[in-house]
Amino acid sequence: MVTAAPAPTEARIWQLLEEVTDPEVPVLSILDLGIVRQVAVEGEHITVTITPTYSGCPAMNAIATDIRLRLLAEGYPQLTIHNQLSPAWTTDWMTPAGRAKLEAYGIAPPVDGTATGHILNLFGQDTAVRCPLCQSEHTHLVSQFGSTACKALYQCDDCREPFDYFKCHA
Amino acid sequence: MATPDLSPAQLAAPAYPAELRSQLFQYVLQLADTSLILAHRLSEWCGHGPVLEQDLALSNIALDLLGEARSYYQYAAELEGRGRTEDDLAYLRSAVEYRNPLLVEQPNGDFAYTVVRQFLFDNFHYQLLKGLQNGPDARLAAIAEKSLKEAAYHLKWSSEWLIRLGDGTPESRRRLDKAIATLWRFAGELTTPTPNESQLQELGLVPDYAALLPAMQAHVAHVLAEATVPLPTAPVAQLGGKTGRHSEHLGYLLAELQYLQRTYPGLTW
Repeated sequence: MVTAAPAPTEARIWQLLEEVTDPEVPVLSILDLGIVRQVAVEGEHITVTITPTYSGCPAMNAIATDIRLRLLAEGYPQLTIHNQLSPAWTTDWMTPAGRAKLEAYGIAPPVDGTATGHILNLFGQDTAVRCPLCQSEHTHLVSQFGSTACKALYQCDDCREPFDYFKCHA
Repeated sequence: MATPDLSPAQLAAPAYPAELRSQLFQYVLQLADTSLILAHRLSEWCGHGPVLEQDLALSNIALDLLGEARSYYQYAAELEGRGRTEDDLAYLRSAVEYRNPLLVEQPNGDFAYTVVRQFLFDNFHYQLLKGLQNGPDARLAAIAEKSLKEAAYHLKWSSEWLIRLGDGTPESRRRLDKAIATLWRFAGELTTPTPNESQLQELGLVPDYAALLPAMQAHVAHVLAEATVPLPTAPVAQLGGKTGRHSEHLGYLLAELQYLQRTYPGLTW
C-alpha cells in the first residue's frame, strides 16, 4: 500500500541525512563528516547544500546520488542539491562522534591544527598520530598521500601495523 | 560527468559586459586546460610508480587537479553561455584550441623529470591560487580557496622529492640535472602574460604575475640550495601553449583523453 509521505520538515530531512554514509568510510554518516551545510524546506521542495571534501573526491557524486535515493524512498522527490565550494570544507567540521567512529574503524582521526600550511616546512616533524589499533603514540608518516584523497599513510612503531590517517585539512 | 547544481551565491556571478565575459572565459578555460592536461599526464603514472606510496601520491595529485579542472570548466561553460558543457569543453576541442602552457603537456620521462615538471608547476600554482582566492571574482576565489589547501600538499611533495634527488645518489643527481636542463625553459611561460591575461591583470580581475614572482623565486632558491643544485641561469622562455601553439605531445595526449567521446559521441557512464 502506498501512502502519501507526510510533508517534509527540516528536522525529518536531517534525520534521513544521518542515514546516508560516506561510500569510502561507511561507518561515517555525511553529518559526521560535516559536509552538509544547510537544509531548507519550502513546501514540498527540499534543498540540501553540501561542501565537497577534496576537489576530485569521486565519493561526492555517489553521496549526492545516495541523498537523492534516500529522500526518494521516503516519498520526497523534489530535491535540489547545491554544491558549495566556499567556505572550503575543513576537518574542524567533523563531529566528535565521527572522530570516535573513525578510530574504532581503524582510521586515525585528524589531529587539529596540523594542516600542511607552511610550504617551507619541508621534511617537517611528523604529526603525532595515535595508532588506532594499539593506541601507541610511536608512529611515523609513510606518505602524505594515501588510499583516498583525504588520507595519509602511517605506520605504528610499536605494533608495526600500517594504518590510514584522516589528514587535517583546515 | 554531471554538472552539479550551484548555490544561489555562486550563480550570482557579476554581470560582466560581453567582451569582458569572453576574455574571462578564455582565462578560465586556460586554467581548466592546464589542470586537466597535467592531471592526465600524472594519471599515466598509475600502476607504474617507482614504489607503491609514490604511485598513490601521483594518482592523488592527478585527482586533485582533475577536480579543480572540472570546477573551472563548469564556470567557463557558464561564462560562455552557448550551451556547451564541461564535457564538451574537455572532450571536443582540438589541440590548437587548448590553452595550457607547454610545460604541463611534456611527457612524464623518468621520475626526476616528472618531479621537476611538477615542482615548476606547483610553485606557480600555489602562488596563483593565493592571488585568486583574494581576487574580486567570487567564483574563482571559491575554487582557489578550495584548491589551495590541496596545492600546498603538492608543492611540499615535489619540493621534498627535488631535494632528495638532488642531494641523493650520483644517479639520482644525474637524472635531476638532466630534467632541469630540459624543462627549465618551459617555466617562463607560466608567468609570461598573453595579451588576454595582460588586459585582465590591468583591470585587477586576476593576479598580476609580476607580483607572484618574488615568492616563487624565493621558494626555488630555497629548494635548490637544499638540493645542492646550482640555480640555473634563466633560459629564454619557450612560449606558445597559452596561445594554442603546442608541442607535438599534446595531440597524442588528447587522442587518448578524448578517444571515447570522439568514437562514441555522447556516451555516459
